[in-house]
Amino acid sequence: MNAGAPRGGRPGGLGGWFAPPRRLSPRERARLTGRGASPATAGGRLSVPAPLLVPAVIAVAFLVLPLAGLVRHAPWGRLGPALASADAVQALTLSLWTATVSTGACIVIGVPLAWVLARARFPGRPLLRALVTLPLVLPPVVGGVALLLALGRTGFIGRYLDEWFGLTIPFSPLAVVLAETFVAMPFLVITVEGALRSADQGFEEAAATLGAGRMTIFRRVTLPLVAPSLAAGAVLCWARALGEFGATITFAGSFPGKTETMPIAVYYALENDPDAAIALSLILLVVSITVLVSLRERWIRGSVVQ
Amino acid sequence: MADLTLLVEAAVRRGGFTLTLDVTVPPGQVLGVLGPNGSGKTTLLRALAGLAPVATGRISLGGTVLDDAAAGTFTQAAQRPVGYVFQDYRLFPHLTVTENVAFGPRARGMGRAAGRAAAREWLARLGIADLAGRKPAQLSGGQAQRVALARALAGQPELLLLDEPMSALDARTRLEVQAELRQHLADFPGPCLLVTHDPLEALVLADRLLVLEDGKVVQDGPPARVARQPATEYVARLVGLNLYSGSLASAAGEPATVTVDGGGAFTVPGSLPADEEGLPGINACPSGRPQGARGDIPFAPPGRRVLIAVRPSAIVVGTEPPHGISARNVWPARVAGLTLLADRVRLDLRGKPDAFVDVTAAAVAELSLGPGSRVWLSVKATDLEVYRP
Repeated sequence: MNAGAPRGGRPGGLGGWFAPPRRLSPRERARLTGRGASPATAGGRLSVPAPLLVPAVIAVAFLVLPLAGLVRHAPWGRLGPALASADAVQALTLSLWTATVSTGACIVIGVPLAWVLARARFPGRPLLRALVTLPLVLPPVVGGVALLLALGRTGFIGRYLDEWFGLTIPFSPLAVVLAETFVAMPFLVITVEGALRSADQGFEEAAATLGAGRMTIFRRVTLPLVAPSLAAGAVLCWARALGEFGATITFAGSFPGKTETMPIAVYYALENDPDAAIALSLILLVVSITVLVSLRERWIRGSVVQ
Repeated sequence: MADLTLLVEAAVRRGGFTLTLDVTVPPGQVLGVLGPNGSGKTTLLRALAGLAPVATGRISLGGTVLDDAAAGTFTQAAQRPVGYVFQDYRLFPHLTVTENVAFGPRARGMGRAAGRAAAREWLARLGIADLAGRKPAQLSGGQAQRVALARALAGQPELLLLDEPMSALDARTRLEVQAELRQHLADFPGPCLLVTHDPLEALVLADRLLVLEDGKVVQDGPPARVARQPATEYVARLVGLNLYSGSLASAAGEPATVTVDGGGAFTVPGSLPADEEGLPGINACPSGRPQGARGDIPFAPPGRRVLIAVRPSAIVVGTEPPHGISARNVWPARVAGLTLLADRVRLDLRGKPDAFVDVTAAAVAELSLGPGSRVWLSVKATDLEVYRP
């Protein structure tokens, strides 16, 4: 009997289904009648279920508390001199320009790769896709070793670069850029490829019927349509490049002013001047937050496809 | 402009579906392509636009081969002189209306300024110059439709393809746009294909109708004849007629009787023509009122297959067997359902044969009709449109 009744429901009545009405302030009522919110699926503070709220709070604490520690231990009195020191400025400058250049390189070669992965049909595509994402799971140090073995002075490519062009890559700013590009590219490729796969190819067909060749379609239709994802991928890519440590120190070393980026500077500072390390970390933190927040607001949320 | 006749004699495959087609569209003609979902209408347009190659056969426009499976030639979509208005318009969301319309001229080699000038000219011609700076997201359905048409025409195509151009519009806007579209289609010099599943749209806009069902052409002719002599149940339903298929039962010379498939019989006017020439085929009648089967030629052989179309308002409904009337065809039926149409009620009747009959709401009340009611139907022989399948 009453097999269909909900647990806790009284047989023969709906009593168990109904709870007394909850108080709903006018403000919350207004919020819940807004677009995209419904009292049943989302909305106000009170309606976040505890099994979701508690882990979410733990996650925020886990991410934010260590950074709070950084702020708490900051040698505020010595911050000015630490920031103004030639080493810090050099490291920051190097980090910023190498991350930017490597992001540019990722866009120039990564977007076409994303297009090929998303659109071209060829055998071995799953393998290629796996290879492209390899730097995501590979320890960066391993990436650095691999780069060294390939492009180092005795590497199988680097040997010829050295012999024919007199070009020595390792332990140069170029090596920093290459290491960062190697590690950061998957972020861009994966983001853009996903966007290309889910983009409506109907627009590209329409462009074709209007007389556009494939490159025109790519340039004037495909690329603008995935621009928000491209921007998001580029931001991720830049952030990853800025924080790159393992591959850089392996492949490029740590020559102050030449290959010593901010993360490497922090690492070495920690050994002999912890206060300086904290100061440098704070700079990196502020720069990263500023860039992430401003770019997210400007490009990602205010995207052309709404 | 050269003689831009479109010739299609091809099969197009899409997944497990095959569209087989042999059709010629002269320049200036608007061919309405009607058919249920999945009948191959869009597949046809895609093949013409070069978005899908033909599996066999060929497509040519004004003597230029666009696609030829046997010869292995295929003109890319971008190289075809085709304007395509998509069902969902597909206006580029990141470009303004002007940039959307200028896209075709620009892609075909015009400079930026010239392309924009051409776009503005087309926008003015379609009466939407005031939308120039808007993005597609800021357009209403009717506006987007006009922009899509302007964009397709701005490339100066020789062949125009419209895929259900008004299906996304509300009824009111549709009427407005329909009148405009009719004008623009009349101005278009080349062949034009208009895919639709709205029979009214097809009747109003098209010079000729091609009905597709399940990848095959089931009827091809002037709208007036398609509306009068539907070839299949689908077309009959579309144009609102009862359609019966059957075979001639009487001997030559007598008033002809047609035995309807599935039960029932009709006495039809006179006797039916005996030969193919005497009863003009659906593909042979050029225009106007078709020469049905008004008893001109005797000696129709029994067993000949015929179709009979009857207007739902031509059938009279009564609750008693009718007496003293001239109608030759009387049969009992049962009301299975009633649907209120604009100013009348459509009865869904089961009998031998079944029928849809339109009566006034007052008649429904007077005869106290309801589901299950037993009624008598009668129709005059002269109200039957008899023709060859």
